[in-house]
Amino acid sequence: MKICVLMKQVPDKDVALKINATGLGIDTADLTFVTNESDSYALEEALLLKEAHEGEVVVCTLGPDSSLQVVKDAISKGADRGLFLCDDAFNDLDILSLSIVFATALKDEKFDLIFSGLQSDDVGNGQLGLLIAEHLNTSHASLVMETEMVGNSAIKAKRELESGWFQWTELDFPASLTIQSGINTPRYASLRGIMMMKKKTIDTKNAADLGLNPTSKTSTTKMYIPEKTKETIYVEGTTDEIVSKLVDIFANDIKVL
Amino acid sequence: MKILVYIQRDGDSIGRNSLEALAGAQKIAKESGGDVSAVCFASSLTDKLTGFNISEVITVSNDRLNAYSPLYFTAAMEQVIADTATNVVILGHTYQVRDWIPRLSARLDAPFISDCVDADGTNGLMGIRQVYQGKINTNISAEGLVLLSFQSGAYRADSVESGSASARNIEVDLSAVPSTIRPGEKFKESKGGVDLTRAEVVVSVGRGIGKEENIPLVEDLKDALGAELGSSRPVVDYGWLPHERQVGSSGQVVTPKMYLAVGISGAIQHQVGMKGSDNIVAINKDPNAPIFEIADYGVVGDLFEILPKLSQSIKDYKS
Repeated sequence: MKICVLMKQVPDKDVALKINATGLGIDTADLTFVTNESDSYALEEALLLKEAHEGEVVVCTLGPDSSLQVVKDAISKGADRGLFLCDDAFNDLDILSLSIVFATALKDEKFDLIFSGLQSDDVGNGQLGLLIAEHLNTSHASLVMETEMVGNSAIKAKRELESGWFQWTELDFPASLTIQSGINTPRYASLRGIMMMKKKTIDTKNAADLGLNPTSKTSTTKMYIPEKTKETIYVEGTTDEIVSKLVDIFANDIKVL
Repeated sequence: MKILVYIQRDGDSIGRNSLEALAGAQKIAKESGGDVSAVCFASSLTDKLTGFNISEVITVSNDRLNAYSPLYFTAAMEQVIADTATNVVILGHTYQVRDWIPRLSARLDAPFISDCVDADGTNGLMGIRQVYQGKINTNISAEGLVLLSFQSGAYRADSVESGSASARNIEVDLSAVPSTIRPGEKFKESKGGVDLTRAEVVVSVGRGIGKEENIPLVEDLKDALGAELGSSRPVVDYGWLPHERQVGSSGQVVTPKMYLAVGISGAIQHQVGMKGSDNIVAINKDPNAPIFEIADYGVVGDLFEILPKLSQSIKDYKS
């Protein structure tokens, strides 16, 4: 079984963001970057399947040089090799165009399974794994909470629906699954994994390697901090002052005491 | 601009998100001088839809569309779009739409601008999306065939304009669709079940609580207030509280008299579940947390200092 895991590097959720000088992106100068949260769960699910059924796990990311760290981290956790898509021509592409880049890079690999996190914590399109499913003509399931192999050429996926509903869906290989966070407990890198890193390969490909000259059909015309729609009353002071003001608000303004 | 709104069936009713999308489509049509039609994969909703101020209600009846199945839905919609010469498809951003519309986007080579909070048709089509966990907004323009979905609450369902529309059926051929995806029956997990929707006060806890051992701090506050305990997604993912406590798009949608958010940053998925609350009070150490965008009362501070004293003061006040 051959499994590809799509992973992305995103800004740490807790850092403050600023719009850059172009007004079309964020200022990345002082940011710390991390692996997208749900992608870590996707990797763990792939590693668990590999351990139970044998096979190969290939991690693939696209981004600037810094995002190679995502591939290295995944390999140190047990992924077998990496595929790194890196080219200035990929900057600022929309998700549909990016999906063509990924599909082109992945198609000859003939993966049985493609796993990705359900959504990135930066732009949050939540589409990549599903767009690739169509390009590569695979089956798909989104918002997957649990997986279970069916023989050796199909997989069952428990999907999360709205309002507490769930559904099992059976998918023939090849299949693309977008993984919900919380599905497993992602492991830490092992010392052995870190030692093994030197022996594992990471292929880097640019647009020319893939025979692509990508362009987007959408354009970002503005990026901005949203204006507040609600007037927030800030409760300030020492802790004791804040507490007594809150009790007063609960009792006399909101009237819940 | 020829706009087609996809109407998702919710039992025997029109899904609320679809009505909101219809309201958004009517607005865009006015701005662009365009025209709105609606398509539904269930004949039971046709009569309801013809009472709206749109041009045409298209009904697609096919046994394979009775229950949701992504490949059948994608193939049916592809044929409807071709038949109607549509250039903008508008949808409510439901979990179903999230599952199959990207597939349609790739098939038609038409961009899908997902989860918009607003859109404008004055100068071509522009959708406004929240990015970076709701901290930043981005305006996206597109030409050609475009798919666009609206986040829950982007428009008011009761603002859809009434009128009268013609109705017609479109036959679709789904015989060539492969059965490589086989959805099973929907089910609910049969555990305890906590109904947060009836609570007058919800105290909800997020990632800011730091670790499981700190949860009792919030439980004390919840008890002092006589409230129900809710949580954001990460707290459930980490196993600190059960899934039945989760508020948000994949949990419960609550509208209490007071929603007290403790250590919750307020990502879009969480806001969807609580932004209709009468009063939102947020305690968070990050002044830029998106929760403050929708809070009526905000405290920028350390919950570990505030919570113990707040619980005690509420108990003192009550006695």
